[in-house]
Amino acid sequence: MSNSYYFTIIGTKDNPLYELEFSSFKNIPTTLPSNYIPGKSQFSQSTKELLPFIANSSLDIIEDLQFSTNLLNLGKIDQFYGLNINGYITQGSIKFIICYDSTKDESNSIKQFFQEINELYSKVLLNPFYNVNDAIISPDFDLKVKQLARKYL
Amino acid sequence: MSDDSIIIPSTTTNSLSKLTINDYSKTGFGYNPSIGTQSNSINNIETSNLLISKKQIILSTSTIPIYEKLHLISKKSPIEEITLSSLLYLFSEIIQWQFKNSKNINDLEARLNGLGYKLGIKLIEMIKLKDGYKLLKRDTKILEILQFIHGPFWKFIFGKQADELEMSQNNNDEYMIIDNLPILNKYISIPKDYGDLNCCAFVAGIIEGSLDVSGFNCNVTAHTSTTDQHPLRTVYLIKFHSNVLYRENIRN
Repeated sequence: MSNSYYFTIIGTKDNPLYELEFSSFKNIPTTLPSNYIPGKSQFSQSTKELLPFIANSSLDIIEDLQFSTNLLNLGKIDQFYGLNINGYITQGSIKFIICYDSTKDESNSIKQFFQEINELYSKVLLNPFYNVNDAIISPDFDLKVKQLARKYL
Repeated sequence: MSDDSIIIPSTTTNSLSKLTINDYSKTGFGYNPSIGTQSNSINNIETSNLLISKKQIILSTSTIPIYEKLHLISKKSPIEEITLSSLLYLFSEIIQWQFKNSKNINDLEARLNGLGYKLGIKLIEMIKLKDGYKLLKRDTKILEILQFIHGPFWKFIFGKQADELEMSQNNNDEYMIIDNLPILNKYISIPKDYGDLNCCAFVAGIIEGSLDVSGFNCNVTAHTSTTDQHPLRTVYLIKFHSNVLYRENIRN
């Protein structure tokens, strides 16, 4: 079983901009069992329903850290019944949150992932048709995030 | 939106309308906020293989892979320069456009401020990334962010640092950024009966937007304060809201 991840971008008004569920692309078996899709998230249905709530409940912690630390990457900020929660906040108060069910601490690879997402996000902002706090619906953005997920997680 | 139309948020006007729960992306990529994670989760083997194959993928919806081409934070990308006259011509068109719609001088300044605000909330993200990527730091104190705006931020927009950064002697919530020769005002002469209009309200809007989105709520206004040496000298008066100062006192 590879780890599953739930990644979300939260705007300045605590509104969701983007969500993605996926699982680790590492350690894919060479002979794929039937019904096995690499990258498909393996959260249970009950966890899936909770994930947005878990991510949003960590916003209080991020808000507290926003002005007490000057780091972009906040590292592991919380955990919830075996789910680790990592956060990242940009200068413009955009929050990136990842919830993942791993026993190991994956803060390093997640940090690199977050940094790439940060650059990607500032490219989204260059689009004149995109306003801050709009949902990011671009297929290109989605593709790129998934590629980054494959690369780092 | 019918099933036939392809969702191309970056180019079509459809993107400006809201996506509904009936809109599915044909390519399998693209987040739909009405559906949530189900809209873009990796559910079939084709999508999965596409991602694993490491080939460059070009979605049929996009001809120019914008996210690939631009490298914001690489050292080699210099700041591209444009001619001053074309910039100022554009700015004068903006002023004329807003002037037609505005009721009075204050209204015009508020409109220019609003335009700058929209720009500022986007710019700060990019410039901060370009400037402070190696440090991976945010600015969390009033003085830090003002120095950032006075220095790298100004340099990115106008090609030079702002001339002075001062704190008001009377009020501890007021700061001033002073530009001796604001580029945008270079060829603008204000008629006498327009009072103290300063078209750099646009720049004040940029400052206000970038401070606001960073968590420093404030009002920024542009004032002309002529000296003998610098006839166009402009003072940007930044007045922070009381909650910002309150937070600053607690955190330190």
